[in-house]
Amino acid sequence: MEFKRVVVTGLGALTPIGNTVAEYWNGLINGVSGAAFIKSFDVEKFKTKFACEVKNFDADGFLGRKDARKLDPFVQYALFSTEEAVKDAGLDFEKLDTSRIGVIWGSGIGGLKTFLDEVVNFAKGDGTPKFNPFFIPKMIADIAPGHISIKYGLRGPNFTTVSACASSNNSLIDAFNYLRLGKANMFITGGSEAIINEAGIGGFNAMHALSTRNDDPATASRPFDLDRDGFVAGEGAGTIILEELEHAKARGAKIYAEMVGGGMSADAYHMTAPHPEGLGACLVMKAALEDAGLTPADVDYVNVHGTSTPIGDPQEVKAITDAFGDRIYDINISSTKSMTGHLLGAAGAVEAIAAILAIKNDIIPPTINHFTDDPAFDPKINFTFNKAQKRVVNVAQSNGFGFGGHNASVIFRKYQD
Amino acid sequence: MSDIASRVKAIIVEKLGVDESEVTPEASFTNDLGADSLDTVELIMEFEKEFNVAIPDDQAETIGTVGQAVAYLEKNVKA
Repeated sequence: MEFKRVVVTGLGALTPIGNTVAEYWNGLINGVSGAAFIKSFDVEKFKTKFACEVKNFDADGFLGRKDARKLDPFVQYALFSTEEAVKDAGLDFEKLDTSRIGVIWGSGIGGLKTFLDEVVNFAKGDGTPKFNPFFIPKMIADIAPGHISIKYGLRGPNFTTVSACASSNNSLIDAFNYLRLGKANMFITGGSEAIINEAGIGGFNAMHALSTRNDDPATASRPFDLDRDGFVAGEGAGTIILEELEHAKARGAKIYAEMVGGGMSADAYHMTAPHPEGLGACLVMKAALEDAGLTPADVDYVNVHGTSTPIGDPQEVKAITDAFGDRIYDINISSTKSMTGHLLGAAGAVEAIAAILAIKNDIIPPTINHFTDDPAFDPKINFTFNKAQKRVVNVAQSNGFGFGGHNASVIFRKYQD
Repeated sequence: MSDIASRVKAIIVEKLGVDESEVTPEASFTNDLGADSLDTVELIMEFEKEFNVAIPDDQAETIGTVGQAVAYLEKNVKA
């Protein structure tokens, strides 16, 4: 059977460097860091005292106090970025077949804050189980797409993908596949995460995963720099409206780009450490290219996973080298996590948006905070250090790798009729 | 208004996000104040916490209006 074509017709973003897509993109191309000392809890006893928090987000103002308190922040964020995307795409659901519109959403963890608060409350008591009736429905990772469907009345396929930091790449790929197969006309997809709380920061600290550069948070996320010392936790949401091409054309939709491929693989190696030779990462990039019917020569930009950890960055460079061969010297690579921090389950979505806007604007957002070359990396590779670069971007690929060894990679192309 | 009635009212206003004027004795949590089944459970738990009482499930099921809540608590809360 012939696959249908799938295009991007709407975007929404709530990120540590901007609460709209326009602000986010402006932050990206100007090299803005979203990192600062954590405001949401007392960090005195924590090894890491900073993160990339979402700023000036007024949940009560957006949702009303009654509804806001029933929603974990990861759902509040999801609804916020989705509202922007729905407006951006010009969607009037009363005029569309809502049984053919689904929501596939990514979240690595779900409602960690809700879980933490409820368990702390229980532990303070005498053992009598006094849990809030909203505890479970606030916390479960699948509740974000549930709420999106309820808000807009969307009765197509609806679920969450959970693959840690690859989660929203998986949601994009699932939505893409259902659309290609003709199983729906449109998906609201993307991901959200909200783990900047005592459990999230303390838990990642215990793994030695986070940067501890407390004397200079803004430069702590420095992917591919010699002195990188861990990732910087981020939070937020990204929404992408994926639509079957003929459906988009019929309603006169604005088209940002075409989604042309998705790849998935597993490292099958270790709970948290990536495969040292980048085996899974190489496989996933090749799989995505093959799915798209493209070769490395077609690719202009790779938005890498690039979390700024000592062991993660080298394996990804090794993987790109193996997957791209000599083409690696002609592409731009960048890690926008240098600016946003690591949005975990939302990373795939916000980074796909960066890739889509790179295609739309022909600008590569930079990898900021580069001070010292790491001799482990070939100096001929263009990591787009410190400043955005102009170049025609026909094809952009975006990688996401998650604890558990999950890898997912997506590819977008400039739309041509 | 009794002390119990005013505290019940405050809880309902806070949890259901309704205006104080709507919280009349006859007002039904579900029909008039927009509560769903989970809201109702939460309200009962809040009453238990506020007044330091345990409301058994079979009793909780009989509390559907503001007035019923106040009456139950006035009868069962030790002064």
